[in-house]
Formats: sequence, C-alpha cells, structure tokens
Amino acid sequence: MSTMAVPDIAVAPVDEGFWTRSRKVGLTLLALGLLSAVLFGALATDQQARFTLSDDAAGAALEINGTIGAILFGIITIAAGAALLAGVPKRWFLPVLGVGLVAFVLSFLCWQVSAAPTGQNFMPLVNVIRGTFILALPLIFGALAGVLCERSGVVNVAIEGQLLMGAFSGALFGSISGSVWVGLVAAAIGGAFISLLLAVFAIRYLVDQVVMGIVLNLLAVGVTGFLYERLMQTDAAKYNSAPRFSNWEIPLLKDIPVLGPALFRGNIFLYLGLLLVLVIHIGLFRTRWGLRTRSVGEHPIAADTLGVKVLRVRYRNVLLAGVVAGIGGASYTLALYSFTKNMIGGKGFIALAALIFGRWNPTGALLAALFFGFADQLATYLGAINSVIPSQFLAMLPYLATILAVAGLVGRVRAPAADGKPYIKG
Amino acid sequence: MTNPNPQSGSPDKEPASEAQAAQNALGNTERAEVATEPDRSVAKPGPEPEPKPSLGRLFLDNLWAANTFTVTLLSLVLAIVVGAVLMIISDPDVLSTYSYITSRPSDAINSSWTLVSEAYANLFKGSIFDPEAFSGWLNGANGWQAVLAPISETLTYAAPLVFTGLSVALAFRGGLFNIGAQGQATIGVIMAALAGFLLPLPPGLHLLVAVLAGALGGAIWGFIPGILKARAGAHEVINTIMLNYVATYFLTWLIVQNGVQDPNRTDAISKGVDSSAQLPRLLGDNLRVHAGILLAVLATWAVAWLLNRSTLGFELRAVGANPDAARTAGISVTRTYILIMVFAGILAGLGGSNMVLGSTASALTPLVVAQIGFDGILVALLGRVKPWGVLLAALLFGALQAGGNRMQSYSGISLELVTVLQALIVIFIAAPALVKAIFQLRAARAARLQTSLAKGW
Repeated sequence: MSTMAVPDIAVAPVDEGFWTRSRKVGLTLLALGLLSAVLFGALATDQQARFTLSDDAAGAALEINGTIGAILFGIITIAAGAALLAGVPKRWFLPVLGVGLVAFVLSFLCWQVSAAPTGQNFMPLVNVIRGTFILALPLIFGALAGVLCERSGVVNVAIEGQLLMGAFSGALFGSISGSVWVGLVAAAIGGAFISLLLAVFAIRYLVDQVVMGIVLNLLAVGVTGFLYERLMQTDAAKYNSAPRFSNWEIPLLKDIPVLGPALFRGNIFLYLGLLLVLVIHIGLFRTRWGLRTRSVGEHPIAADTLGVKVLRVRYRNVLLAGVVAGIGGASYTLALYSFTKNMIGGKGFIALAALIFGRWNPTGALLAALFFGFADQLATYLGAINSVIPSQFLAMLPYLATILAVAGLVGRVRAPAADGKPYIKG
Repeated sequence: MTNPNPQSGSPDKEPASEAQAAQNALGNTERAEVATEPDRSVAKPGPEPEPKPSLGRLFLDNLWAANTFTVTLLSLVLAIVVGAVLMIISDPDVLSTYSYITSRPSDAINSSWTLVSEAYANLFKGSIFDPEAFSGWLNGANGWQAVLAPISETLTYAAPLVFTGLSVALAFRGGLFNIGAQGQATIGVIMAALAGFLLPLPPGLHLLVAVLAGALGGAIWGFIPGILKARAGAHEVINTIMLNYVATYFLTWLIVQNGVQDPNRTDAISKGVDSSAQLPRLLGDNLRVHAGILLAVLATWAVAWLLNRSTLGFELRAVGANPDAARTAGISVTRTYILIMVFAGILAGLGGSNMVLGSTASALTPLVVAQIGFDGILVALLGRVKPWGVLLAALLFGALQAGGNRMQSYSGISLELVTVLQALIVIFIAAPALVKAIFQLRAARAARLQTSLAKGW
C-alpha cells in the first residue's frame, strides 16, 4: 500500500535545558536588532522620514528623523530580543516577538524612506495598506481553499489551477453575458471544476494528491492558455472584455482615518474575502460541519465509526474549496485586469505557503497572506524610490519564511494528521 | 512499451510488499510481452504458477488486460481524443457546422475530421517523420538533413527531460517527492552558464567544467531540502516548491547584474556561453541535436545501475519502501535522505546545463529553464519511475513538444494543447482504474497497477 501511515522521521529534537525555542528566537531577534540599529542607522540619512496618512505626500503625517528612527526602532528590537533571551512567560512570547519584528520593519523603513531621492522621503500609508490587501486578496481566497481541503484530509496543491480556471471562466462568461454576476458564478463553477477532478481522482481513484495537484495545475495552464489563444486573442471584444465590479463604499466605516479610504472603498471581493475568513473560522471551530471536517482530516477511521460519512465530507469540502478559489480568481478578471495567459503566475503557491505559514488555520492564513501581500507591496514601493534592495529578494521573502516555518524555526507547524492519505472504507 | 530495463529482474532483493507487488505486476507484463526470453521468469517467491497456457493465448489475454503497456497506450488514446474535442469546440467555423448537425451531419463530421487530422498529422510530421521531406530528398529538392530534422528536434527537447525525469524518479524510489527539479535545474543553469562565460579554459576541459558546475548547482539546491528533511523533519514537498521560486527570483536578479548581463543589451539577457563550453552538435550545424542526448542515455544507465545494482540503491529503495524497517535494519535514514536529494539535484542540475550549453539557448534569460522541472515530474510518472521507462517517456514528451511547434505554425493550434495532452496522459496513467473502467479491461493477472508513492505532507 502506498498509503501506509509512516510518521515523518527525525522529528525536531525537543529543546531542553537553557536553549529553549524562545531563547533561540530571542537571540535571532537580538542579532536582527543589532543589525538594524548599527547598519540601518548608519545608512539612514538626516532627512525626515514621513509616513503620510493619505495617498500621496500631502496631508498629515507621522514624521521621524531617519537616523534617529532607524536606531530607535533597532533598539526596541534589541530589547525584545533581550527580553526573550532573559526568559518571559510563555503567553508573552508571541506579543514580544511581534513587537520586535514590527520594530525591525520600521527601522528598515526609516532607513529606506530617509535615503530615498529628495522629495520622495515619504511613504503613503493609505496606498500601502490598500495595495497590501489587493495583493493579498488572491492569497486569502487561495489559502482558504487550502484550509477547506486540507482540514478534511485532501492535500490541495491545485490552488494555482483553481485560481486560474476561476479567473478564466469569470472573464469568458462575464464577457459573453455582459454581467458581472454571471461571471462570478461561472468563476466559482470553473474553480469547482478543477476541484471536482481533484476530488474524483484523489478520493475515488486514490491517485496521490500531490501528484494530482501538480498535474491539474498544468492542465489548467494548458486549457486556459489554449482557449485564450483560440478565443480571446482572436476576438477580445467578445470573449475577453468582462464587466468589472465597481467599488462599494461602506457608510460610516469609510470615514475612519487611513483604514477607511484604504479598505472600505474597495470592491466586493475584498469584503467577501474578509467575510469568508470569519465565516470559515467560525464554521470550522464552532459548528457541527467544522467538527466533522476536522475529525475527518485528523482521524477518518474514528469519524467513520461515529457515523460521519468520510468520503461525502471530503467531496463537499474539496468542491467548496474550488468555489472559494474560483471566486478568488475572479478577483483578478472581474475587478482589475482582463485575462492573460498564466496570469496567476505562482500566486497559488504563495497561497499554499500562506496556508502552511498560517498553520492550516483561517485566521493564521489571513495574517500570513497579509504579510506576504505587504512584502509584495513593499517591493513595488522600494522599486519606485530606487532602493538599493533588489525587489527580487523581497519577492523571495514569503518562500524563505515558509521554509523557516516548516523547518521548525518559527514554531512547530503540523498538518492535519490524515492530510494526503486516502480513506478506504472497510 | 515493455520495460527494456535489463537490470530490473532482481525481485529477491526487494524488501517490502509494496515494491514486491509493483515488481510482480511488471514482471508479469514483461513475461507476457517478451515471453520468448526464458530468463524473465526468474524464481519468484509465492505460489507455483498453474500449467502454462500457450504463448499466443497468453499474448491475447494480456493484450486486453489492465497491464502497464495497455494502460499507457489507452491513456495516450484518451488524451488524444480529449485534445481533439478541445480543438473542435474552440474553432468557431467548425463549431458552426454543429448547429445544423441533425440536417446535414456530414458537414460537421467532415470539418471536424479535417481540422483534427491535419493538426495531429502535423504533430507527427514535426516530431518523427515528414514524408514530404523524404520525397524531396529522393528528388533532390532538399538535403538529408530535412529528413532527420523532426527526429533531431525530438531528441533536443527530450534530452533535458530525461535528466529532470530521472531526478524525480530517483527521489520517488527513495520515498521522497522532488517537486524541486525546476529550482535545481535553475541553479544548475546559472552555474553552468557562469562557468561557460566567466572561466577562460581550453575547449574540452571548459565543457566538462561547465557541465559539472551545473551538476554542482543542482546538488546544492537538492541538499537544502534533503538536510531539512533529515534533520528537522520538514516536508520536502513544501520546501522544494518554495525553493523553486527562490531560485527563479535569484535568476532574474542575477541576470541584470554587472559582469553577468550582456553589456550590449538593455533587456534581461546574460553574456553568451563561450563556444568552447558548448555541447557539440551531432549531425552538423543545421540540426539542433547535440551531445546532451548521449549524456542523457549515459545518465539513464548510471541511474539504473545505481538503483538496481549498488548498495546505495538498495538502501535507497529500502528507505523508500519503509523507513522504519530500513532503520531497524541498520540503514541510516537521515544519510540516505540527504544523498537521495543530492543525487536528484545533480541530475536536475545536469538537465539545466543542457538548456544553456546545448542548442536551446546559449545565454541566461528569465525563461531559460522553460518548464523542464515540472515536465520532469510528468515524465517520471509516465515512465513508472523506472530509469529506462523515464527515457522512453522523455522521448514521447520531446516528440510532443517538437511536433507541437509544427502544429502551431502549420495548423494554428497553439502550443498549449501539448501541455494539455501531457497533463491528460499522466492523469489517465495515474488512475489506471479509470482507464480500466472506460475500456472495460480485464483485471491484470498480477497485483494492481499503481504509481502513487508519496505520503501526503
């Protein structure tokens, strides 16, 4: 049997004695702090680093002298690292780590903003936050699709394909019908189509799920690329000019400073994505459906004994995942761009990274997606101010962070126990 | 496609039941198809077979049974049929004839047939043999090169796929899923190209150094997930996926650096590899086939030897079949995991070298590696993770790509159809039960077929 339960060998050794995980992280943080205080402090200029509360240089701003800011935030990181090194109660670990990392990023920003060409020493916060969410959006949908699938024990490497198929069918049927809503439904069905293939082959025919995911990604790239060339390129007006959702302003919320213009004047996908995180989180941990899903993902035999229809739960969840990812794909073609070949371009795999980084948890996935979106947005921003940091290295950040996470350097990451193992009744 | 691997008949060495079952399945297939070879029926453990039926009877029995060969062939047929359907539904002219299919069905059938048969004929002409070129050669209208051009193209595309396919297959046999062949090939291509235009070496030595540099690059990129798996238990699927992207971004960054970028160009392209570091062409300068395909055959032989004849290969298969049992038997699982990934990296790195030292490209560009790493996964699965099977699968994929080029330029069917065909073939191969159900095949006489080997996260 290919599906025997072989536990991963060489589990990370349990930290004992003085060098606990918390202390190691503290040491790393201390080193980062030293780096930022000394290096960033030295490289920063005396310009004021302005963080404006608007879309451009105008308006109110938080200001700090570049050198002072870089050194100050570096010292905060050092302090956080030292605190962890000295030993803090367990419940303080995450907050202290968070403060340390945020201070590190701020120190970096003080250096970059102050060292920008004259006249560009500002960072428009509204713009950055909005960009972060827009770039994180496909990741949020994709990671949620992963959560739905993998919590029920089906590995979903096909997120990329689901997003792509959603984007494609959203564009195609949105254009043909001229209605955004038809496009949205078509996108959901397109994503679900890839999911259906994944479900049938993984659950019914017991094909290895990672293999199936990889192959389905290629299939989606091939089919959408083929039809794109045959239909959309020959007659773009008819097949590739989908209507777009207009922005919806949410009363009251849109007037909140910074967050209002950044988040609450967006399009339907942004609201839908955030709402889905909430719904799936509550669903997974507070409802009967969620309990069944998790039990099927952790211990299908036990769930079956208690009368849960294991395969039915898996089919349903995998299809739901396709619907969610398909809508995520539509967030491209029904709001931002027209369809192009292979337009998802690896976002599905970053979504997978966000899923793992967020520990198979909807809220964790949201935070991870936002972090990756921020890295992406930062790369754009640094490119605009001619930074010395190559944008490619920032683009690597999500992937490197995920490698560190699964290597056990940033806390233990554990997949659902039955993830990837087909269930054979009897 | 019988497995021509002459070294696979050593079932007594197989340690675990899974490998045993697969071996039996394959052994039976082979016995049916090359039944004239008496040494095929090596002593197998298990019950004595019933009195042997006649050869012809055995052949007919196996022809329609769900064995490796039949399933592979029928998977191809299914993929071609789905491809034809895609072509028809995406062609507005042909599709319009279907609107009156009840009154004049001949229109719809004829136009569909013309479209599909022309496309697939071009696929064949572009990859294997073009009758027009042959008659042209007989008439003296063109040289002999035109006759061999399709084969040359096929071999050119196949060579790197052999390496990445072997990389994935080797890791599979050791129980690891190497999705990182793409990244390993990317680092390999970088190292090979850097050695190719930075080092002033004499011809011959330069080529050797450049090829080995590519292997080294792949080895480094394979070592990382290997050691993370062995020491920290981090799953190699996740890490190799992530490292693929890290490698890609590193490549796009490196190309535009001073000393690497072509000083006469503003776009992202590096300096060209010196001619002293390029793989020699086999059939003159007009045909693209180069020595890479010879290296690929050599690598196939080496991997087959490693897997089936060497101590390391035995340990590798033991770990792949059951790591716990292997550890109990005194095999160092950590060491084996690291070695597997390093070897897989070396192979993928060599595939990368092929992309820049051969005739496909001679300078680094962001897309220089193409898709060879991901295609390698498909090739490995199609080749049933056996070295010589991988070679045949790579030839098939190479032929599809070479033919796809002609299909695109002559029939206007975009190259993406080849991707679709490749993905479909592997989907059907991976689900033999589906193929069996569609064609109502008899169950094979031995254990069932399977290709899935990984074990989830």
